[in-house]
Amino acid sequence: MFKKILIANRGEIACRVMRTAKRMGIATVAVYSDADAKAPHVKMADEAVHIGPAPAAESYLFAEKIIAACKETGAEAVHPGYGFLSERASFVEALDKAGITFIGPPAPAIAAMGDKIESKKLAKEAGVNVVPGYLGEIADTDEAVKIAGEIGYPVMMKASAGGGGKGMRLAYSEKDVREGFEATKREGLSSFGDDRVFIEKFIEEPRHIEIQVLGDKHGNIVYLGERECSIQRRHQKVIEEAPSPFVSPEMRKKMGEQAVALARAVDYHSAGTVELIVSGKDKTGDGFYFLEMNTRLQVEHPVTEEITGVDLVEQMIRVAYGEKLPFGQEDVKLDGWAIEARVYAEDPYRGFLPSTGRLTTYNPPEEQRGEDGVVRVDDGVAEGGEVSMFYDPMIAKLITHGESREQAIDLAVEALDAFQIEGLADNVDFLSALMQHERFRSGKLTTGFIAEEYPEGFEGAPASEELMRDLVALTALIAMTEETRMALIDGQLGDPVFPSPYQTVILEKKEYPVSIVPEEGATMISVGDGDPMEVIADYAPGQRLLVADVENRRRIVQVDRTARGYRLTTRGASHSARMLPRHVAQLSHHMIEKVAPDLSRFLMAPMPGLLTQLKVSEGDTVEVGQPLAVVEAMKMENILRAEKSGTVKTIPASEGESLMVDQVIMEFE
Amino acid sequence: MQKTIDELEAKREQARMGGGQKRIDAQHKKGRLTARERLTVLLDEGSFEELDMFVEHNCTDFGMADNKVPGDGVVTGSGTINGRLTYVFAQDFTVFGGSLSERHAEKICKIMDAAMKVGAPVIGLNDSGGARIQEGVASLGGYAEVFQRNVLASGVVPQLSLIMGPCAGGAVYSPAMTDFIFMVEDTSYMFVTGPDVVKTVTNEEVTQEELGGAITHTQKSGVADAAFENDIDALLATREFFSYLPSSNRHEVPEVPTDDPWDRLEDSLDSVIPPNANQPYDMHEVIRKVADEGRFFELQPKHAANIIVGFCRIEGKTVGVVANQPMVLAGVLDINSSKKAARFVRFCDAFEIPILTFVDVPGFLPGVGQEHNGIIKHGAKLLFAYAEATVPKITVITRKAYGGAYDVMASKHLRGDLNYAWPTAEIAVMGAKGAVEIIFRKDADDPEKIAAKTREYEDRFANPFVAASKGFIDEVIMPHSTRKRVALGLRKLRDKQLENPWKKHDNIPL
Repeated sequence: MFKKILIANRGEIACRVMRTAKRMGIATVAVYSDADAKAPHVKMADEAVHIGPAPAAESYLFAEKIIAACKETGAEAVHPGYGFLSERASFVEALDKAGITFIGPPAPAIAAMGDKIESKKLAKEAGVNVVPGYLGEIADTDEAVKIAGEIGYPVMMKASAGGGGKGMRLAYSEKDVREGFEATKREGLSSFGDDRVFIEKFIEEPRHIEIQVLGDKHGNIVYLGERECSIQRRHQKVIEEAPSPFVSPEMRKKMGEQAVALARAVDYHSAGTVELIVSGKDKTGDGFYFLEMNTRLQVEHPVTEEITGVDLVEQMIRVAYGEKLPFGQEDVKLDGWAIEARVYAEDPYRGFLPSTGRLTTYNPPEEQRGEDGVVRVDDGVAEGGEVSMFYDPMIAKLITHGESREQAIDLAVEALDAFQIEGLADNVDFLSALMQHERFRSGKLTTGFIAEEYPEGFEGAPASEELMRDLVALTALIAMTEETRMALIDGQLGDPVFPSPYQTVILEKKEYPVSIVPEEGATMISVGDGDPMEVIADYAPGQRLLVADVENRRRIVQVDRTARGYRLTTRGASHSARMLPRHVAQLSHHMIEKVAPDLSRFLMAPMPGLLTQLKVSEGDTVEVGQPLAVVEAMKMENILRAEKSGTVKTIPASEGESLMVDQVIMEFE
Repeated sequence: MQKTIDELEAKREQARMGGGQKRIDAQHKKGRLTARERLTVLLDEGSFEELDMFVEHNCTDFGMADNKVPGDGVVTGSGTINGRLTYVFAQDFTVFGGSLSERHAEKICKIMDAAMKVGAPVIGLNDSGGARIQEGVASLGGYAEVFQRNVLASGVVPQLSLIMGPCAGGAVYSPAMTDFIFMVEDTSYMFVTGPDVVKTVTNEEVTQEELGGAITHTQKSGVADAAFENDIDALLATREFFSYLPSSNRHEVPEVPTDDPWDRLEDSLDSVIPPNANQPYDMHEVIRKVADEGRFFELQPKHAANIIVGFCRIEGKTVGVVANQPMVLAGVLDINSSKKAARFVRFCDAFEIPILTFVDVPGFLPGVGQEHNGIIKHGAKLLFAYAEATVPKITVITRKAYGGAYDVMASKHLRGDLNYAWPTAEIAVMGAKGAVEIIFRKDADDPEKIAAKTREYEDRFANPFVAASKGFIDEVIMPHSTRKRVALGLRKLRDKQLENPWKKHDNIPL
């Protein structure tokens, strides 16, 4: 076996690969840019080599530096993770030349599959179903419009070298093609260095299902079942699971065999994924079409690992070393259900705007592996670390595994309740809301799920009456603990005066009279005229995570002290809460509710970023939906549109300016 | 006997009704509570003991002889907040618009005298239309009596003012001389002359809110220390704030039991300083991670935000925190931040509250405006305040400590008891680039040489070692151990004794 390998990546996947390498007794070498000098993957590795400044093009994408780092440290092989150099055939060739093993597929397979147009031709030849579309190169917008018309709308425009949601645009009409074609080209160029774009038909009720394949250098190739990744937002996967609730054993077999046939056609070895688009309307079991083959380890590989018991990274390393696969297709058994949720640095409450900054608090849920199921957290960040604008905004992956789909989902919801992140916006609430969503739980997924279910954006998961009542009780418990402690301040006139057991809790502006009676090992709390509820919890003032039992209902609540009380976050939503003595609650009825100032007169920067274009000038009249400005953040062009029609009064910001969140770009009359 | 008791009850009832139901309703309609209601929110339930409930005014002019309300527009007395004694007065806007008469003033003076005698804070709830014009000069005399007591009480007992309605003209000067002013948004304002007079004299059009509302005074003028959304929030926040204050200058700081370990390590502080020296970070994070339970009661958060002041607890005991804020104007010292911090440092010193200072300061703000408005004298206030303070002083230099600002920020030379530096500290006369441009002025045209010399200067001074070698820094500590080191330091300094030479009083540059 290899003595030492280098991981040419960062973040969670670098850590993930190192964990397996360590278990196998292989020494690890990390590489890092300026931005990652203190990152966990650097600390975790046995050795670390600095490879350049923060921008990926000057560090993680700089093949020569990686190879130099291998030579410097004597690493015999390179695991590329995903992204960066993982699917760059030239990198594999360069490694081959340098006598370093690439832990991944052979260069020709990468080259063949890396080109979306080329790969489709190959897939077709190998007998894989393909989606109708135009596979040639498209010169300009006019040609794109013509081709799109021939295929029939809706169509998808894709950067040829794109992936991971970048460089893809959907067009329902000629107008969309005209607006988006050039932008797709630009994104392809800036993100992947390739501005070729192709167009294909858009499948209805589409589901994204993919097959994991694994092959060795001796001609053995197996498929490890499917993963469903239909829960996507703007083509970025959010929740993945294995197996898929849509796939029957027969369909799995057909999909798997086609995927293996394609892998065989390109002499594949190592781990790879054949992505298929599946029509949810087609119940025949044949309604799946080849999308692309990813010649690397996928972000969502852990769900496959959890249901098959195969450590994909280990197998990749063994295959790269030349070992044979230790099992055949008949040995692959699927056990239970696994779900992965991707925790991103983005704000679901503000249109999923990317967020960057320092993780002032980072405390993921505890991992578990036992009879009650699996909770696994794959991450590569630490409290005090930075989510920078240079790299992917994914903070962590939460993977749960249970006997049934329902159990896996419930485990995930509970784990998300305990996922503490502060300092930047995160999508934990949104993930929890998705997992609790009736339609999600029933398995009726499509890639349009998020757009269909959250057309107006996300405003927190709905809370049941039972949950609200429990939160009232927990507010009472928290506030009572703090008030009682405050009653123990020294320097008092007489004996401490403890707070009255009769209080009022205000949760989301609604009042609930409560009574709180401490008993041995529990607190009896009644809400309104309900029966007393037994609340068991350990809570000390200042504690941020409350794990409580309310009438045997387990509640995991994040407690945030605010100027006026608390913010309680659980089950995919935050709720403002405070407790007042009864007489104060009575008096609070006289308080006049403040009306928030009208901000609709302003166009404000929804995220930190660079103001690349102003599309209007002072004095212009604008219509609803008209593009006003372009802000570039996280390498994405974000077009800011007018929410209502009006006249531009002033434009305090100027092109080329770096904007802060909420900075006023323009004011309307 | 029964007749007297009945009469007493009747009088009490009349006093409790203040200016009558109609006026109470009017007060409520504006989202404001009555004086008595406010006191029930502020004080522990049932603890208020009222004095002078039956005091009436002594004015006979302009038909006032027949127009009397027991209490005369101010409710005074004492009560407790979390069991701790405080004296209070609450002006009653429903009675003569809360206007201040001679007797009204006497009532306030009485509780102030009592507070000073026993050593208990005074909390004033201001809601007054101003002087009782019918009384004329008697009312002015009343103000001055209160002013005199504000001054005598200053530094003896903490004085808090809540502005919960109008406070205009001479009335503003009593709160102005108290230690802290809290305001209620939209319903309170403070100004020496109102919008009408302003319009007549300077022809400026301005609303009450713009001229002297809570936003104006907590952001622009710095007159007030905090603003709250409504009466209830302001009063409850005052209860919390009170828990940080010692009862008087002869009492120790209060202690609240806590479960937060004194030696808690915060690994994430090791990465709070960004790799690039010009990149900001939020000093609040440092303060919260050092404080008990992450709690920090900040004062003037929106005024001169380049410096942060407020109270936290360490091992349950109050500590005053002063910290440069690199997020705002790079944490530079200017006129407003110097004034803001100086006053806070002097409050802490007066009441034996230890001062914890976090330093990341690139210097004083340059500029014609700053110079012409007297940065020399204003900057000197902070220097003076730190230098005269004899309370325990612990200083942590997190990053930059440049130039005169280094001296000012509780340096060793100003009798800092424990002066710590993080490994990222840079103690120097100025930033490397500026320094080299002066030292090597003749090489200004040789960018390579300048760059080389800049690196040399950085190597020499962009670290805590030169200062440490001179003993200006007592110890270089790891950021993650800051709480532990500060807590231990405060324990050791608990019995610190240090006195300034006898003097009638000092002559701080005002």
